[in-house]
Amino acid sequence: MSIEIKTTSIEPLRHTFSNVAARLGVDKPASRYQEATFDLQPTVNFHYRPTWDPDFELFDERRTAIRMQDWYTFRDPRQFYYGTWTITRSRQQEVAERNFGFVEKRNLLDTVSKEGKAKAAEILLPLRHLEYAANLNNCYITAYGSGTAITQATSFNAIDRLGIAQYLSRLGLLLDGNSGQALDQAKQDWMQSGHWQPLRELAETTLVTKDWFELYVAQNVVLDGLLYPLIYERFDAAMAPEAGSTFSMLMEFQNEWYADTTRWVDATIKTAVAESDQNREQIASWTHDWMQRCSAALGPVADRALGENQGAAVLDELRDALAQRLEKKAGLSL
Amino acid sequence: MSAKRMNLREKYQRMTRDLAWKPSYQSEDDIFPQAKYEGIIIHDWDKWEDPFRLTVDAYWKYQAEKERKLYAIIEAFAQNNAQLNVTDARYINALKLFLTGVTPLEYAAHRGFAMSGRNFPGAGPQVSSQFQSIDELRHAQTQIHTISHYNKYFNGFHDWRHMHDRVWYLSVPKSFFDDAMSAGPFEFVTAISFSFEYVLTNLLFMPFMSGAAYNDDMATVTFGFSAQSDESRHMTLGLEVIKFMLEQDERNVPIVQKWIDKWFWRGYRLLALVSMMMDYMLPKRVMSWQEAWEMYFEENGGALFEDLARYGIRMPKYWEVSVKEKNRLSHEVWSVFYNYGHAAAIHTWMPDENEMAWLSEKYPETFDKYYRPRFDHWHKHQKKNGRWYNNTLPMLCQTCQIPMAFTEPDDPTQICYRSSDYEGMQYHFCSDGCKDIFDDEPEKFVQAWLPVHQIYQGNCGGASVPEVLEWYHLKHGQDNLEYLDSQDRANWLRWKGLTEKAEAVLQKAANE
Ligand SMILES: [Fe+2]
Ligand SMILES: [Fe+2]
Repeated sequence: MSIEIKTTSIEPLRHTFSNVAARLGVDKPASRYQEATFDLQPTVNFHYRPTWDPDFELFDERRTAIRMQDWYTFRDPRQFYYGTWTITRSRQQEVAERNFGFVEKRNLLDTVSKEGKAKAAEILLPLRHLEYAANLNNCYITAYGSGTAITQATSFNAIDRLGIAQYLSRLGLLLDGNSGQALDQAKQDWMQSGHWQPLRELAETTLVTKDWFELYVAQNVVLDGLLYPLIYERFDAAMAPEAGSTFSMLMEFQNEWYADTTRWVDATIKTAVAESDQNREQIASWTHDWMQRCSAALGPVADRALGENQGAAVLDELRDALAQRLEKKAGLSL
Repeated sequence: MSAKRMNLREKYQRMTRDLAWKPSYQSEDDIFPQAKYEGIIIHDWDKWEDPFRLTVDAYWKYQAEKERKLYAIIEAFAQNNAQLNVTDARYINALKLFLTGVTPLEYAAHRGFAMSGRNFPGAGPQVSSQFQSIDELRHAQTQIHTISHYNKYFNGFHDWRHMHDRVWYLSVPKSFFDDAMSAGPFEFVTAISFSFEYVLTNLLFMPFMSGAAYNDDMATVTFGFSAQSDESRHMTLGLEVIKFMLEQDERNVPIVQKWIDKWFWRGYRLLALVSMMMDYMLPKRVMSWQEAWEMYFEENGGALFEDLARYGIRMPKYWEVSVKEKNRLSHEVWSVFYNYGHAAAIHTWMPDENEMAWLSEKYPETFDKYYRPRFDHWHKHQKKNGRWYNNTLPMLCQTCQIPMAFTEPDDPTQICYRSSDYEGMQYHFCSDGCKDIFDDEPEKFVQAWLPVHQIYQGNCGGASVPEVLEWYHLKHGQDNLEYLDSQDRANWLRWKGLTEKAEAVLQKAANE
């Protein structure tokens, strides 16, 4: 029996899932981002208390001091779900691949003085360890945070940070001709050199910070907000007379990454702050506190990177710039 | 300067574990507070063999390629209304079970592996866990996006997330994952990566994905195969975790064996839902549950455990019971769903004559003897007096949460009941396997959110069926009840151009 299908009669019964329609206020076609995000994390009827934290439910909003009526008020302006995230990053990694290839093929590092290379190695390579801490911190937020709107973005961020640690490692291997000596030296500095110790201590403090939203503020807002401009703008510019754009090319991924990540970080803080005065005060106090700690920890590194006694002044500027950014983009005044 | 060549292993080492350092400002116990409390002893995290050596840039590259292909197919599927190509609208119910029962588990795995990715003290297992975590998010989201199109044309999908946390049979998968996630990182990975992904995954994915292929559901086949390429990485992680624990200290062996016993039985009971899907819900069948169990568990699993014998690991406890049950399991479970089809977000039905013949052929010792007479009776009842539903609430097993319908291992005519007393209360179980799991951790399993208890306690919207269904967000007359009288079927007939038949179905449903 052959069956004629009259396609005109095939009308959808509904346009999206009920929970999505409820959030949109009407049953209409929803975006992939919306369907992939809303309500994914369970919130009720958990079966067993976690043996590792029996005072809380498996997922529990009380794991942070921040309070939200609805954790899906948060939006990622990049609209990243897994598909859009990987596709975006794969394009950026193609560029990074081309850049590394270009520097290698043209032997561009040979045009940089020995001192220039040593400086780059000294400042950039220990940061791979700091990125590893950033990876674990965003992984922590992914594990214990509230609402997929935030936790999926932090899970992408965690992998991104591992990727950045790996790009920095590649830079090291490029500098030492794959001997690994530069990376070993950098690790030794990270473990022992006086000017890295405050930053390592800070990293270890973030690894024991329990409130996941505080950790978000410490890592993604403040530490990144000072470190990325310091290294990828100021230090990069300071290297330019010596190295031309060679290092900028090898750090292009970080620059682009920081630009899109900042949009998301600002949007997240803006939403949390707009929710209540209590959130606003809590976030302002965390930001203030971590501003002090992070700039103190970055001081010695800034001095090494930019020249003796330059660090403090630059960090003052970067702190002001970050405060202004948060005021302007996130509505947070300190 | 000419660069030295680095081998892959050395390079990967530089890209992952070399990033970690031994902390001195904070104690390792404070940074990794979950590392020791399960009793697993690890002497040297560096002995961990990375099961796959994948850097992040390569990961983005491969995965983006797969995503581009997958979304192109999903897009085309929707444009062409290719849902009309499936063998029969009854098939869609397998997908409903998948979205409401399995997709939330993919998401739970995403969060669970984020937990182990943060809590293992070694960078090797951290990174492996983190890649799996992000893959599992991929699985959840690609499934939602694929099935989103089906949701537009069929009932039962529309509030899958809400239902997963409430509906009686969905507490079976939910409690399974809650159990794993509320354990520590070692037990979690043993449960999910080893027992579930390594030992049992073929019994979850094969039935759904081959089922989709046999029933011409190309969208599901596509996300299935795309996910499968991640799965091979996950399976190697499962085996590596087990071997690592066993090699590190022999005091780990009894703990690991206990977890293998527990999670084999937990996983096997969860697969009971898959067994009924295979034998009853696919209009075009792939193989019987019994055949699948023989091939994927008895043969493949048997070989695996022979291999693990050198570590002092034996076959999971009660595996013999699973073999004794293999020619009854699916029939017993489908009977439960037929009984409670008014409270389920899938349609149920009696197999037709051809299907009954297939079941007799596949289950020669049991089907005609025990199940055909029961089905004939229900068939007759349906013809004469309308479809029958069971209005008394069933007793659930305290551990697996499936209604008590499984029979004694050595007597298919006797329902199997076991019980334990704990702090003055009596708890009931479907099997020795479930009882043992409870007895080992009663303080955990007494907490179970048992759907039937919850209804009795007034936590589910009320005491009557309509009130509970409303609380489930289950639309009565659309999402539930008999397939033959369903809106799904009427729509399907209409879309296939069989308008008169469609009218008759709607008429009949309206009269009831
Ligand atoms: Fe998966
Ligand atoms: Fe059970």
